[in-house]
Amino acid sequence: MAEVTYLEAIREALIEEMERDTNVFCLGEDIGAYGGAFKATEGLLDRFGEQRVIDTPISEVGIVGAAAGAAHMGMRPVVEMQFIDFIANAYDMLTNYVATARYRAMLPCPMVVRGPSGGYVRGGPFHSQNPEAGFIHTPGLKVVYPATAEDAKGLLKAAIRDDDCVLFFEHKYLYRRIKATMPSGDHVTPIGKARLAREGRDLSIITYAATVWKALEAAEQLEREDGLSVEVVDLRSLSPLDDDAIMSTTRKTNRVLIVHEDTRTGGIAGEITARINESCFEWLDAPVLRVTAHDVPLPYAPPLEDFVLPQTSDIVTAARTLAAY
Amino acid sequence: MATRVTGTAKRGGAKAPPRADAHPAGLTRAQLLDLYYWMRLTRTLEERLVALYRQTKVVGGLFRSLGQEADAVGSAFALRREDVLSPLIRNLGSMLVKGATPVEILRQYMAKGDSPTRGRELNIHFGDTERGFIGQISPLGDMVPVMAGVTLTFKMRGEARVGLVYVGDGATSTGAFHEGINFAAVQRCPLVVVIENNGYAYSTPTHKQTLAKQFIDKAIGYGIPGEQADGNDVIATYEVTKRAVDRARAGEGVSIVELMTYRRKGHAEHDNQSYVPSGEIDKWARENDPIDRYIARLRSELGFGEGELTEIDARVRREVDEATEVAEQSPAPEPLDALVGVYAEPPREEPLWFRRGKRAAVETNERAEGWGTFSSSNGSTKAGQVAREND
Repeated sequence: MAEVTYLEAIREALIEEMERDTNVFCLGEDIGAYGGAFKATEGLLDRFGEQRVIDTPISEVGIVGAAAGAAHMGMRPVVEMQFIDFIANAYDMLTNYVATARYRAMLPCPMVVRGPSGGYVRGGPFHSQNPEAGFIHTPGLKVVYPATAEDAKGLLKAAIRDDDCVLFFEHKYLYRRIKATMPSGDHVTPIGKARLAREGRDLSIITYAATVWKALEAAEQLEREDGLSVEVVDLRSLSPLDDDAIMSTTRKTNRVLIVHEDTRTGGIAGEITARINESCFEWLDAPVLRVTAHDVPLPYAPPLEDFVLPQTSDIVTAARTLAAY
Repeated sequence: MATRVTGTAKRGGAKAPPRADAHPAGLTRAQLLDLYYWMRLTRTLEERLVALYRQTKVVGGLFRSLGQEADAVGSAFALRREDVLSPLIRNLGSMLVKGATPVEILRQYMAKGDSPTRGRELNIHFGDTERGFIGQISPLGDMVPVMAGVTLTFKMRGEARVGLVYVGDGATSTGAFHEGINFAAVQRCPLVVVIENNGYAYSTPTHKQTLAKQFIDKAIGYGIPGEQADGNDVIATYEVTKRAVDRARAGEGVSIVELMTYRRKGHAEHDNQSYVPSGEIDKWARENDPIDRYIARLRSELGFGEGELTEIDARVRREVDEATEVAEQSPAPEPLDALVGVYAEPPREEPLWFRRGKRAAVETNERAEGWGTFSSSNGSTKAGQVAREND
């Protein structure tokens, strides 16, 4: 079978789920005739009609709220944020309404909010964000952020089938750069399970999304130049976190580096560090270290963006510090 | 507002009193009495809640709809069983019409373990999709987009069902109101947006909420019809809402209905209404009480006997008494139930390590005297100042 890109994998998942279940429908800005800002929904309008591929007004609150109402009635809406940065507009609806619906009112809210996320693309402050931490903090939401094309497809299918709201972050840097042959059959990746992206013995890098690939690059360099055996764990799901995978790699290598593209303060690396501290303190040979973005809005100019975001060389530096501790 | 007299509902062979054939709004005699029953039940139930609040049996704040019973009851009465509404804090009457029961309301206010939300939410914040009402949340305006989605589903499935969402004058200022109504209008969802204009949003008068002369003026901007009615005339309220509901059911999309009413109590029971011009509340109570007005109309114009109404009053008292007795017996929630049902999967959260093996967090759940009143300057407490900051 031919290889498909991360973006095409997302489209395959949408098509397969819409064909499988007539309750699945898409809504978002410019997703119909135009096929979406990144063409994730290209061809869906022709295939499923405008009842199931709905071009909406520019109303993040409106469409997330409408998705929730439809979900209460048994539908399975998939909302596209044109850029995930705009999910902040729907923060109230997601955190106050959607996240609490099952708990406070026994109202199921099976829906997906997905959208292009992340930087390294010279997108500037409003087309590059990684706002996942704000939602990981909210009980009632699930958050996934795939790094591979296989997981982009498998996790989106799992998200659509999940009985609660799943925020599905897609890394736009990976959309057309990452390809894979899709597993055959009904390929569903379970939410809440991390993936071992590379096995190693000396230290562990825990990461997700685009920085998985930077961590893998760094691991190769460290093996080549330093003879270090680096394990890379791709979290895939950020809520719920796969504690078993985090603790098992910690107990195996005793040295942990957490890498994410999100900013440092309040980022998920702090949460993972705290969990390791609580459960695996005696297994550590060194403090848990972090490589993250700097705590600034993401700037546009290449020298600025590159300075703010974590790079492969930063991961190499941090890993060497950790290995030598 | 002048009420139209529509039709003469003939009732098979029954010997009706002389003038009772000419029923307003096509309502039967029994329906006209139903409207009275629901309004009376709303008021009596709230009066009972006030008594329970003063006995500190109501855990949080208490929200009254005194003076607004007609707008709540009359508008909800325009819906069918299969229709769905989303109430606001002053729509107890609407919820009762849609099938909520007094015992549920009492259990909610008293935070009982067998209340509809099992003690998770306050007051009348609860719903039941089977009976067709969807529980609101406190951020105002949010239910408009949600109801847009509910009614979008009706449209997608070709179901002849209608949704109704209540907003107050205050909620019209939110972005969610605008986004929801605009989305629903564009999609031609079968949705009725009822704006209950009761003069105040908490303490803020309507003229500080908008420069629009009336809220139905906003309908023009959305390309949808808007109609206004006297919200303290239960039949006018029913009729205007019914027209909007009929339009929605016929596939004609969204309408705004503005019901003019007046909030005679504060935002919640703790609110002393110091911001209200003197005499205003009394004037509304004296001259424009929706229940008094309806009784007068039933008696004089529609030919109902006093006995028929006092019989309903007695029935309502009995029902509220019985419900109170049942609700007071209800147990408090089991503390560990706090960890159940955030997600479908996993079905429950694990207690944190410091709470493992414990059934409760504290010995008693009484709120400490002076809770939250510690002063940073001298460490003393300002006792008695806080009582109900959750209102």
